[in-house]
Amino acid sequence: MSVRVFVPGDSTACALGADQVAAALVEQARSRGLDIDLVRNGSRGLFWLEPLIEVETTAGRVAYGPVSVADVAELFDRDLLAGGEHPLALGPTEQIPYLQQQTRVNFARAGVIDPLNIDDYRRTGGFAGLDRALALSGQEIVAAIKTSGLRGRGGAAFPAGIKWQTVLDTAADQKYIVCNADEGDSGTFADRLLLEADPLQLVEGMTIAGLAVGATRGYIYVRSEYPRAFAVLRAAIALAREDGYLGPDVCGSGRAFELEARLGAGAYICGEETSLLESLEGRRGLVRAKPPLPAIQGLFGKPTVVNNVLTLASVAAILARGADWYRALGCGRSLGTLPMQLAGNIKHGGVVELPFGMSLRALIEDFGGGTASGRPVRAVQVGGPLGAYLSADELDLPLDYEAFAAQRAMLGHGGVVVFDDSVDMAEQARFAMEFCVAESCGKCTPCRIGSVRGVEVIDRIRADTQRADNLLLLKELCDTMEYGSLCAMGGLTPMPVRSAVEKFPEDFGA
Amino acid sequence: MDADTADTRVAGVLDRLRHLPGALLPILHEIQHELGHVPAAAVPAIAAALNLSRAEVHGVISFYHHFRIAPAGAHVVQLCRAEACQAVGARALEAHVKQRLGIEFGATTADGKFTLEPVYCLGNCACGPSVQVDDQLHARVSPQAFDNLLAKLGVNS
Ligand SMILES: Cc1cc2nc3c(=O)[nH]c(=O)nc-3n(C[C@H](O)[C@H](O)[C@H](O)COP(=O)(O)O)c2cc1C
Ligand code: SF4
Ligand code: FES
Repeated sequence: MSVRVFVPGDSTACALGADQVAAALVEQARSRGLDIDLVRNGSRGLFWLEPLIEVETTAGRVAYGPVSVADVAELFDRDLLAGGEHPLALGPTEQIPYLQQQTRVNFARAGVIDPLNIDDYRRTGGFAGLDRALALSGQEIVAAIKTSGLRGRGGAAFPAGIKWQTVLDTAADQKYIVCNADEGDSGTFADRLLLEADPLQLVEGMTIAGLAVGATRGYIYVRSEYPRAFAVLRAAIALAREDGYLGPDVCGSGRAFELEARLGAGAYICGEETSLLESLEGRRGLVRAKPPLPAIQGLFGKPTVVNNVLTLASVAAILARGADWYRALGCGRSLGTLPMQLAGNIKHGGVVELPFGMSLRALIEDFGGGTASGRPVRAVQVGGPLGAYLSADELDLPLDYEAFAAQRAMLGHGGVVVFDDSVDMAEQARFAMEFCVAESCGKCTPCRIGSVRGVEVIDRIRADTQRADNLLLLKELCDTMEYGSLCAMGGLTPMPVRSAVEKFPEDFGA
Repeated sequence: MDADTADTRVAGVLDRLRHLPGALLPILHEIQHELGHVPAAAVPAIAAALNLSRAEVHGVISFYHHFRIAPAGAHVVQLCRAEACQAVGARALEAHVKQRLGIEFGATTADGKFTLEPVYCLGNCACGPSVQVDDQLHARVSPQAFDNLLAKLGVNS
């Protein structure tokens, strides 16, 4: 009988040699006359262990990692297919502490299944949420999402149910569901992991959203930097259509839902929802003034739900397992689970999905294992390039939207970028402005010109030219950008800059 | 590729995709996929097919970092400049890559072999520094690892 061996087809795993390891496994098995059934699963999100391979033994799945091509022959010598002992052996996969200590909702199937095997998806509870939704009215689905407390995972944390209610209540001949898979924030990769490891969950969530608000078309806007995720998603959509989960008659309900994946083109601002809609319509990604809200006049002027990948994926689980089950996770007004992403100078980087409430320190130290360099943590940027830098003594902050806001920081999409003590915070502040120069849509002056001035002013501070005056100028510039910008690109760029200046004054010559 | 073939291929793309709602980005992607760039000569045909002005089409092409109007080198090297990669040495890598290739961002080497482009995050932030060469992503790219990549592409130090 053939033994199932899993090698992730995930972008990071492949960047670390997973394709070559897969080929070596097949070759070694063939030359030894052993029969293996190679499955290209998604990643479990334990990226520091990639390529992490798994073998299905009589005692369940056991893991080895990180495996390189040079290890493969020896793994077979040590009876890999029976789960043999080896220095790279990690034991039963589900018992790896990093995984075992998580509460996986969005990522329950990640790395477990073949992302493009729809039977795998069904067997692991897939489409249970859609089944439930098909028996409910649109208003009942929206009510369940409201009860769950689900808030948008793209950054702004707006309650999803309220947005959906607006779209449901707005009469129109056509409505749309748009999934924001632009994931531009540095330090984030949860959307990518989900698209590559469990894309059908997103398809299911979007279909439920369509049923809820009466939308018959959906688009998923995937950034062009994610070609693999885009390809997997497209294939998943085709599978769902073949099996009648998408199309003119969703599961024989007589209701239609069509889904199409579209590629972005390398513009960070197109993650902002109105810029994204402009881009989908075939224009430059210039941010639109709000109102009108996209929920009332969105894509092609029609009522549109715009939600992040993780928001929409959560919907499938909420419908399947109940709004009360979901809201019992989390704390305060931050309910459910939040997939955090450990990145940068971190020993154990990867996706850590937890109920809200754990401290940032526990995340970085217990899960992350501290810095990769072994040096002390000096600064942590949470929430992407527009998020604040936190100093090493602020890490007891709980992972909760309100707690972060109170600290003038933001949780955003859950990216945690760790820096050790070699970081120059003036250089980081300069970069925040430089990034805004590169990625501003150009519509308003404080953002477009202010960021250029910001780079110049920080350069003068770093060169010790009239430092005190220039620090004051920088402060005023940040105020102008914050209050005078149309969207959060210009409006929040001051957040990392100010936090760097205020918390690390010694790097600015103080 | 001669101009006639390019024109034919652009016409083929337009035929296939012009009916899509918001067709311009899918069309530009497909043309760049087939021709390696979006030639200026294609703009009038795109504009006519979508009932847009040439200026509008040009404006869209120039807005997005992904689209290029001139052919790239034989290999495109994309270097991540974003924060998570900075935290593990991307700035030093950037200096090394520019020095090894002898070019700045946005340029192509004189022998036409390499084009160097900045990117802001490739979603590989747990295992940076990240570099994408053509369609292949590479993780934990040290200056030494970059030299090894170049060696595999037939460039010796
Ligand atoms: C500059 C900027 C970039 C953004 N990038 C993203 C992104 O990449 N992904 C995302 O889901 N939301 C992003 N957002 C937030 C979106 O505008 C919007 O709030 C979100 O897609 C709504 O979905 P949610 O409620 O499910 O989070 C960005 C916002 C701004 C201002
Ligand atoms: S703040 Fe910047 S990105 Fe946002 S609309 Fe204004 S110019 Fe565009
Ligand atoms: S920051 Fe470089 S890959 Fe994300």
